[in-house]
Amino acid sequence: MTPTVSLDLALVIALVLCIASLGTSRIGAAIRYFSLQAAAIALVPLLLGTRSGEISVHAWILFAATVGLKVIGVPYLLNRSVREAAVRSEMEPLIGFGSSLLLGGALVALSFALAHRLPLPQKPPSDLLIPVAFSLVMIGLLLIVSRSTAVTQVVGYLVMENGIFLFGLLLIDVLPYLIELGVLLDLFVGVFVMGIVIFHINREFDHIDSHQLDSLKD
Amino acid sequence: MRIALHVLLFLAFPPLLQGIINRVKARFAGRRGPPVLQLYFDLWKLLRKSAVYSNTTTWIFRAGPPVGLAALLVAALLLPLGGGLPAPMAFPGDVVLFAYLLGASRFATVLAALDTGSSFEGMGASREVTFSALAEPALFLSIAALALARGSISWTSVLSGQMQVWHLFGPALVMLIAALLLVALAENSRIPFDDPNTHLELTMVHEVMVLDHSGPDLALILYGASLKLFLLGAIVVRLAFPFEASFAGHLLLFLAGMVVFAVVVGIVESTFARLRMNRIPQILIAASVFAALAVAVILIRVNA
Repeated sequence: MTPTVSLDLALVIALVLCIASLGTSRIGAAIRYFSLQAAAIALVPLLLGTRSGEISVHAWILFAATVGLKVIGVPYLLNRSVREAAVRSEMEPLIGFGSSLLLGGALVALSFALAHRLPLPQKPPSDLLIPVAFSLVMIGLLLIVSRSTAVTQVVGYLVMENGIFLFGLLLIDVLPYLIELGVLLDLFVGVFVMGIVIFHINREFDHIDSHQLDSLKD
Repeated sequence: MRIALHVLLFLAFPPLLQGIINRVKARFAGRRGPPVLQLYFDLWKLLRKSAVYSNTTTWIFRAGPPVGLAALLVAALLLPLGGGLPAPMAFPGDVVLFAYLLGASRFATVLAALDTGSSFEGMGASREVTFSALAEPALFLSIAALALARGSISWTSVLSGQMQVWHLFGPALVMLIAALLLVALAENSRIPFDDPNTHLELTMVHEVMVLDHSGPDLALILYGASLKLFLLGAIVVRLAFPFEASFAGHLLLFLAGMVVFAVVVGIVESTFARLRMNRIPQILIAASVFAALAVAVILIRVNA
């Protein structure tokens, strides 16, 4: 396989897994899809490297950090909080699974249309990179707003974060380390905070439905 | 000569697929299973019997099976089966005719089922129509993606030179194959959408529609079902095995691919459970979304 095709394949696999996490009702499956998606995305910096000839140390570090954090670390934390909170499946999504799949498809179409007109400082290495990054961000947002379980919302946040990571790869040559470090830290803090929040919701109310947080009481 | 071979192939080969699927399922269950040629024996037995018709049925009931099979046979004429076997009938736009012939065949079966006046058959008919209405967008979007990739709307050119398409649009083709495989399973009422072996009225979809047919009519329906599996399988196989070879080599490759397809269907049926009714639309929508993604990916490449 040529590098271009394998790059496309990694991006498309990430996109498909992201759509799949929209359609599943099991939280465990959503976490697994996210972890596989992160694995596909972790390969992207390496594949970008093979295209330009050699893989830089920078790309290897990025790969290792992504695998360590997003493929292994974060799913482990999430699985643990699912176990502790004893929730197995998303019971009452605000938007049904079928309709969120359709919405996801529409968002992907929108991203492909948007990415076409986006002015970029330099030509992206693959013309799928921007649309896929856009789609991940939008579908992540959709997951956050349409699900009522805190864990699924964290998964949505992480999917969005994967999209931002792909965007960041565009600037890999111009601004090494800075963006990725910020992104990874951001993510870690996010999961950390969410973990605490989940734990507390679970302790106080015996469930992790975040809609209880909608209205404030004294 | 080649046309004769083409016709002979799609007339004689399809029931074998069914036999292979049943063999694979039996192996998974630890049984020996019926002979691979069982469906040929069944068809031969049924053709020699006479049909029983209920007093409440009209000519529509009798017309159902022959019309349904005829539509599928015409559809089979539109599909090229390999490098050396072009479609006997090919013209621009035959991809659309193909999809509608499948629809016409289903329409005939549904009408015949409704004509019996049985409430169970009406239920099966309504399910069949609902699911196929959801499978249709996936089929059409897949066809659209393939047509875009090859810049043609005739099966003969759409399904040839796939090697080049793989190089250009490999990832999109993977999604298309997944979508078409789901369509093939749904259209042929296989697990996880419907269980071809079930005979419990409340859960049947396709089988319940053909309960009242007997003798030669039932033979036509059974044969038609295997032909439909063969047709949709042939598209998947031609996409998944894009290799070009000499005439005989290509034919062997195609037949081997069909056997692999049957084995895959058998494995899917043995390892997956049947989906709950309300989950089925979701999977079909997912198939449509995959096909739409493939269209988007191909479009961005074609325009670039």
